[in-house]
Amino acid sequence: MTHSITEMLLASLPFYPLISFLLLIAFGKRLSWHIASTLSVGAMALSTISSFIVINQLSSQSPVLTVHLWNWFELSLTESSSAQINMSFYLDGLSAVMISVVTGIGLLIHMFAAAYMKDDENFTRFMAYMNLFIVAMLILVLADNLVLLYLGWEGVGLCSFLLIGFWYKERANVLAARKAFIVTRVGDTAMAIGLFMLFKELGQLNINDLSESASTLWIVGDEPPYWIALLLLGGAVGKSAQLPLQTWLPDAMAGPTPVSALIHAATMVTAGVYLIARMNGIFLLAPEVMNYVAWLGASTLLLAGVAALAQNDIKRVLAYSTMSQIGYMMLSLGAGAFSAGVFHLMTHAFFKALLFLTAGAIILALHHQQNLFKMGGLLKRLPFETALFAIGLVCLMALPGSSGFFSKEAIIAQLWSSNTAGPLLWYCAIFGALLTSIYSCRLFFLAFLGERRFDHELQPSSSKLLKLSLIALAVLSIIGGIFANTLDISLLVVFPSNSPSNLNEPHWLHSVAIATPFVGIIFSWFYFSDYRNSNHGNSNNVVFQDKPSALVMFCRQGLGFDQLYDVLLVKPYCYLARLNRRDFFDQLIMLNAWYVDICHDVFKSSQTGKIRWYAAAIGLATALLLLNLGIEYLSLEAS
Amino acid sequence: MSEIPLSHVLILASILFTIGFVGIIARKNTLFILMSLEVMLNAVGVAFIGAGSAWQQADGQVMFVLVLTLAAAEVAVGLALLIQMQRRFKSLDIDLLSKLKG
Repeated sequence: MTHSITEMLLASLPFYPLISFLLLIAFGKRLSWHIASTLSVGAMALSTISSFIVINQLSSQSPVLTVHLWNWFELSLTESSSAQINMSFYLDGLSAVMISVVTGIGLLIHMFAAAYMKDDENFTRFMAYMNLFIVAMLILVLADNLVLLYLGWEGVGLCSFLLIGFWYKERANVLAARKAFIVTRVGDTAMAIGLFMLFKELGQLNINDLSESASTLWIVGDEPPYWIALLLLGGAVGKSAQLPLQTWLPDAMAGPTPVSALIHAATMVTAGVYLIARMNGIFLLAPEVMNYVAWLGASTLLLAGVAALAQNDIKRVLAYSTMSQIGYMMLSLGAGAFSAGVFHLMTHAFFKALLFLTAGAIILALHHQQNLFKMGGLLKRLPFETALFAIGLVCLMALPGSSGFFSKEAIIAQLWSSNTAGPLLWYCAIFGALLTSIYSCRLFFLAFLGERRFDHELQPSSSKLLKLSLIALAVLSIIGGIFANTLDISLLVVFPSNSPSNLNEPHWLHSVAIATPFVGIIFSWFYFSDYRNSNHGNSNNVVFQDKPSALVMFCRQGLGFDQLYDVLLVKPYCYLARLNRRDFFDQLIMLNAWYVDICHDVFKSSQTGKIRWYAAAIGLATALLLLNLGIEYLSLEAS
Repeated sequence: MSEIPLSHVLILASILFTIGFVGIIARKNTLFILMSLEVMLNAVGVAFIGAGSAWQQADGQVMFVLVLTLAAAEVAVGLALLIQMQRRFKSLDIDLLSKLKG
């Protein structure tokens, strides 16, 4: 295939879903389900196929591919120097991984969504937003400069907002959407300031040039890269739901389940990971920030693991587990193990999409019941979904052989001897893995084992589209580990090689890491034995009453972060807003209005409507004019 | 026949014009206002004729014919309006027509 065709395919990647989005929005409800789903899924399929063709063109000889579409605008720093901001796409190993995940998983989730949302009255709007999300996400990962990346970054934020609040008639959904938007905006603001600083310091925003000039201009430990990396980290933290800004993700589960799978598990929330990986040149110059990244990741993964243990909503368990898995990715990036983090990003996208979609299928079968304590005994009644969910959980727990195992072990293996991580973080990661396996088992026991605790008859979906996408995801989750080698090779050019110095590592590290999930399983087998044993004829079992203790309630609400922010930020802000309702500056501006109002009154009073007065005014004015002319004439005569 | 100087004609025209104008301002009755308007138009006509004869040009008389036709048309419209006004308000008081008050 010639070079130009490849370039054209790369350039057109985001345009298939864009066209589909425009058509769906333009024609809206006039399209039947068949046309709308063919359009949106077809556009995704085209995108997927062309992205795989393009990725195949990447080789060790030509590891990058760029395509320039048009000049967007020019940013000038001073009179003389300016930087051209282009609409250009840049494909290397890292963005290749991202576009294959975005389009591949996106296609499967679109297929699922077409079946899942079939009966919704706003089906076309839903698919349009999903397509728009893919457009923004592709722009984000393909951008060759940070301004374009920021466009995609805000675009996915917008789509996330629109899709969380998709069922906008319920107040809770709208509040969740608003919360997600505002909380991520905090991070985005930090990121924008980081971009301004970058541009001020380096005078350009092209990602490749940035890394080069940063490494020539600064040395490790300089002040500017420290602040820039910290600010960029702020953006990543907001988007990826890490520790200070994590509160929006569990609430975001208010959206339809395909949205949770696509945006809040597989793609958008990993944008922060992508950002840090992409800007590794800057981050490597600021080892302290790398250390912060690692600690943020570790504390998030522990916090989310603890919170996941106490949830009663199946989707919220998965949301917290997403948070903790992204914590692993952050930890890995912070430790300098970039390719391991990106690999975990990919496998996580596979199995978390599978988990979410299977959960969606189960929720659909249970008439939108999401409470784990109202499930139970699904193993016999939904064997297909159970098997798929079990596959997803095995990957999540990283049992040997599954895709999660390869990626998570790769991360954990590099922690101990990393300069920016260390043994303490290794212990955190191991404890996190233990927590992961415990909450996974709890989820499995509650939902699938034990006795039946739901009232309505099951109504499993028989859609082939739905099953096909689930099976494809399950296969990817199982065999995801085989991509490890290709990924490492393609990422070799993107990331600096970190020389592993495993000399002073204790020899028991790997065996402990492998054994940890099994310890968790054995522990929960006995600890949660009430959940898995079916007690027939004992319907008012105490275990399933779900009367949580104060501690459990505290964990269920995400360890009190919501309340903390409410007291620290939301309440004072609302109080100030109320206090300052008659804003001083507002009053200053209102002076203008007041002045205009006075003038209006004055001139209004002259409009009496009495025609004789008007005539008199005209006469008077004419007389005055004539008098003036006469005086002027006389003075001319005199001189 | 002795020549009448232009200044005399203009003074007469000004006096007529002022009389008409004062009539417009002072009278309340719309009919009288219309009549005052006619007086003003004729004042202008006198000025035109005087100027035309002073410079021996036909333009002055042409303009007067124009003013005359205009005045006739204006009177036709004005009287029609007066009839309407009498019907609606049962009065010809011009101050009643003040709906355009700001």
